[in-house]
Amino acid sequence: MSSVGITQFNIQMGDELTQNVQPLLHEIRHALAALLESGKTSSIDLRSIPLAPGEEEAIIEALGKGEINARLEALGPSDIYETRFAGVWLTSHYNEDHMIVSRFIEITELPAILRSQREDMATALETLNEELQKQATS
Amino acid sequence: MKKDLPLKDGNPQQGNPLGGTLGESLRSQGVSRRSFMKFCATTASMMALPPSMIPMIANALENARRPSVIWLSFQECTGCTESLTRAHTSTVESLIFDAISLDYHHTLQAASGHAAEAAREVAMEENFGNYLLVVDGSIPLDNPGYSTIAGISNLDMLTESAKGAAAIVAVGTCATYGGIPHANPNPTGAVSVKDIIKDKPIINVPGCPPIPVVITGVLAHYLTFGAIPELDHIGRPKVFYGQSIHDRCYRRPFYDKGQFAETFDDEGAKKGWCLYKLGCRGPTTYNACATTKWNNGTSFPIESGHPCIGCSEPDFWDGGGFYKALSLPTEDLSKTAVYAAAGAAAAGVAVSALNRGKKNASNKIHIKTTIDDLKKE
Repeated sequence: MSSVGITQFNIQMGDELTQNVQPLLHEIRHALAALLESGKTSSIDLRSIPLAPGEEEAIIEALGKGEINARLEALGPSDIYETRFAGVWLTSHYNEDHMIVSRFIEITELPAILRSQREDMATALETLNEELQKQATS
Repeated sequence: MKKDLPLKDGNPQQGNPLGGTLGESLRSQGVSRRSFMKFCATTASMMALPPSMIPMIANALENARRPSVIWLSFQECTGCTESLTRAHTSTVESLIFDAISLDYHHTLQAASGHAAEAAREVAMEENFGNYLLVVDGSIPLDNPGYSTIAGISNLDMLTESAKGAAAIVAVGTCATYGGIPHANPNPTGAVSVKDIIKDKPIINVPGCPPIPVVITGVLAHYLTFGAIPELDHIGRPKVFYGQSIHDRCYRRPFYDKGQFAETFDDEGAKKGWCLYKLGCRGPTTYNACATTKWNNGTSFPIESGHPCIGCSEPDFWDGGGFYKALSLPTEDLSKTAVYAAAGAAAAGVAVSALNRGKKNASNKIHIKTTIDDLKKE
């Protein structure tokens, strides 16, 4: 988010509004340590935290981007990527108008939504069976 | 949700005669499990529940059945419906709406006149004891003629529709506390739903209007858990109204440091300092604006530089002026050397004299406009 063109009035960013970035990074650090030690996964809903203008961007910038970047197309797009800290993922869900609807920091080996889902696999098996049967009878 | 209040007969997951489960409905529409997981994650966020509850929400929503919803609009401006229908999470809201059977809403439904009223009566009869009644707007008690629908007074329609409701959701400050119609001098004798209905669980969702995701969050909660959420002492879901705007405000550190904007264009305002002295009602207002925010999570009034006006609190319109600080006199005495005085009594005299002076000055410059003046233009 750029402040270029925005009058520096009330909604400016990058100054001394509040300092939520550091505490949140510490929370992530604790969660990552727990994941390593006990396998306990965590998730932080960024929409539940009172962030000052620009702070969400600052947190995302501080986390950076890692090696994996996944794009999900389900009820609108979702961007899921591992941050530069292995085990710390950023999941951003958008609606079909590409407006963000929820954003989570997930501390896990792999976000659950990326795994193939059993119900979808069952449907896929049915579809594959039907298609093969059709081919066999035609 | 540790202390959800179970409904006696209103669990939409039990015995609702309408349709199959939400999971079946979504699958029949080709919605994948992964999409459903995304829906659940967003719903958890919407309900202000921790992400750790997503699997539980998924399981509950999978088996939830469509509850019938009857929506009544009384003395209102339709702002609450506008707020809901213009909600930014369109996909999720539409799924929530697909997951309920909205059987009556006179602004949104296609039917009108007798057909509309017939739809309400059929829904009430078929789902007696199980439907969810949503009400926006206050109810006039002085003269029923102030607000009627199909010739039926608001009072009669509410009492009749409430009889078979599992629970009532009062949406907006008018339905919850009387709102602007109830403001002094309350010409219509407006009252809230809770003033009339005493024998049903009522969830108050105040706000002028309420935040759209708070409205859908309450509906989603009912749909998910078949119960109403834990409420505060004036009937609001704690999950959304449990903390004050002040406590969750990103400008709170400035309050703690005593850094205030004194006017809307001074240095303090430009630096984003606390708006308390400009009348902010954040300390006495309980709502989710500071975290959920408005317009696709863009901002909320304080972030845009305006004090909170406390629209989700009872009698917010009669608070004595939106720009008067909660605990300060109408003028900053420290700047008024003539009236500078030590001690509360002296300060009270000073405020009174100052206000009297302002009134006199105002009267002097006031020019009355007559009908004749208007005709000249």
